[in-house]
Amino acid sequence: MAKEVKISIRNLHKAFGKKKVLNGVDLDVEAGKSLVVIGGSGTGKSVLIKCIQGLLIPDMGSIKIDDAETVGAKGNKLKDFHSKMGMLFQGGALFDSLSVWENVAFSLLENKKVAREKAKVEAIRVLRQVGLAPDVADLSPSELSGGMQKRVGLARAIITKPEIIFFDEPTTGLDPIMADVINDLIVESAKGLGATTLTITHDMASVRKIADKVAMLYKGKIIWQGTVKEMDKTDNPYVQQFINGCSQGPIKVEV
Amino acid sequence: MPPKTINRRKQFELFLRTLGKPLVKFIIRLGELTQFVLKALYHCFVPPFYLKNFVRQLLDMGFYSLPVVGLTTIFAGMVIALQSYSGFARFGAESAIASVVLISVTRELAPVLSALMVAGRIGAAMAAEIGTMRVTEQIDALVTLSTNPFKYLVAPRLWAGVIVLPILVLIGDVIGIFGGYVVGVFKLGFNPANYINSTFENMEAIDIISGLTKAAVFGFIISLMGCYNGYKSKGGAQGVGEATTNAVVSASILILIFNYILTEVFFSK
Repeated sequence: MAKEVKISIRNLHKAFGKKKVLNGVDLDVEAGKSLVVIGGSGTGKSVLIKCIQGLLIPDMGSIKIDDAETVGAKGNKLKDFHSKMGMLFQGGALFDSLSVWENVAFSLLENKKVAREKAKVEAIRVLRQVGLAPDVADLSPSELSGGMQKRVGLARAIITKPEIIFFDEPTTGLDPIMADVINDLIVESAKGLGATTLTITHDMASVRKIADKVAMLYKGKIIWQGTVKEMDKTDNPYVQQFINGCSQGPIKVEV
Repeated sequence: MPPKTINRRKQFELFLRTLGKPLVKFIIRLGELTQFVLKALYHCFVPPFYLKNFVRQLLDMGFYSLPVVGLTTIFAGMVIALQSYSGFARFGAESAIASVVLISVTRELAPVLSALMVAGRIGAAMAAEIGTMRVTEQIDALVTLSTNPFKYLVAPRLWAGVIVLPILVLIGDVIGIFGGYVVGVFKLGFNPANYINSTFENMEAIDIISGLTKAAVFGFIISLMGCYNGYKSKGGAQGVGEATTNAVVSASILILIFNYILTEVFFSK
């Protein structure tokens, strides 16, 4: 087991007021692999991803990326971490004051100070890579459909060739065919970059398509992890209930 | 009678709690705001600066506010001329009207009314824009793209507020005085040359300077309240709506409070 660990999370706690969302998460993501975290709505999947990115500050625990502690990192150190990461947000989170290509080329324009013409060429190249025609580049994000916005979000996440890409429910709100297209794109772009990816989702079709490894989050803890094959064979009642989508089982839905 | 005492004590506790809860909340808010201001000020002076965003805010806040400020100040100047005439006519001091218009427009009306109008126009728009960016995760996206939202969103707006409002008010001064002139000459029948002469004779630098200083402070308040309320908004469309209302109301109240404080600083000896 001499596998390289890219992200290592130990005993991560995060509470909002009295509500404990993360309650001691331990998780490793191997370099170049795709880990998918599954779990019901409101189990803290998004909080987990936000803690890793430093958008939320955990109450306790450690998160290491390439063996460097990210919890408590500030200023330039945090910037260094962010320069390694890309993120596809659930709603796309495209800047609606900017055009599509300016969104995609944001890091190039604002951080790397690439000239506008050059940045636009690069943005159009990446847009093509995610299956969008060059004439989309000058539109505003609000003129795009949900699937197209996801593609633009993906393009923005991968243009800097990050080592780690996060996907926050990449297929939510898309029709099954478009969801599959996005899944393909995720696999393709991650393989193309050799990036480590961490995805959170509750879409099982998406899990089967993109996961090397699956981890299940329940009540603020990782209660199971393994490969997709192991997931189908496991007798863990929680995982079984989740992947089969039963209302009956150990997981009680709080109405 | 122990039961009665317990009851009283409980009531007293309840009374204290109802008093204490809003107080604690207020203090927390105040602390948050102070933290926000200090952080925002720091990022106003530390590069990188986003010039393009600053220019956009200048246009939005300045150029597109001109009609509103113009209309507000011209009617303010007109009404002051009319009001003071009906008051002064009793004492036979019509000639004082030019200087009354001058002083009230430059010291008070142009800065305060313009600031209140801009607070409604721009403060609300800022809170709505930044609030929407917050709830649609655009602010998180900025952070993950290695861009500090304080530098990218807040600093350009604060700079624009401080720079643009004095310019608007200077223009408003001219328009307001012109409004007084229009009423004085065309309605009250003053001699135009005399009116203009007495306006310039009575003009003092401190009137204008105090008005412009006020404007700069008000501009800061408007941008700050817009940014702060937008930045802290949560919970979807309703949260953004609340942020917008809070931005306008808090900015307006703070403008009136600081108007008094600054007048005190400038004119009480």
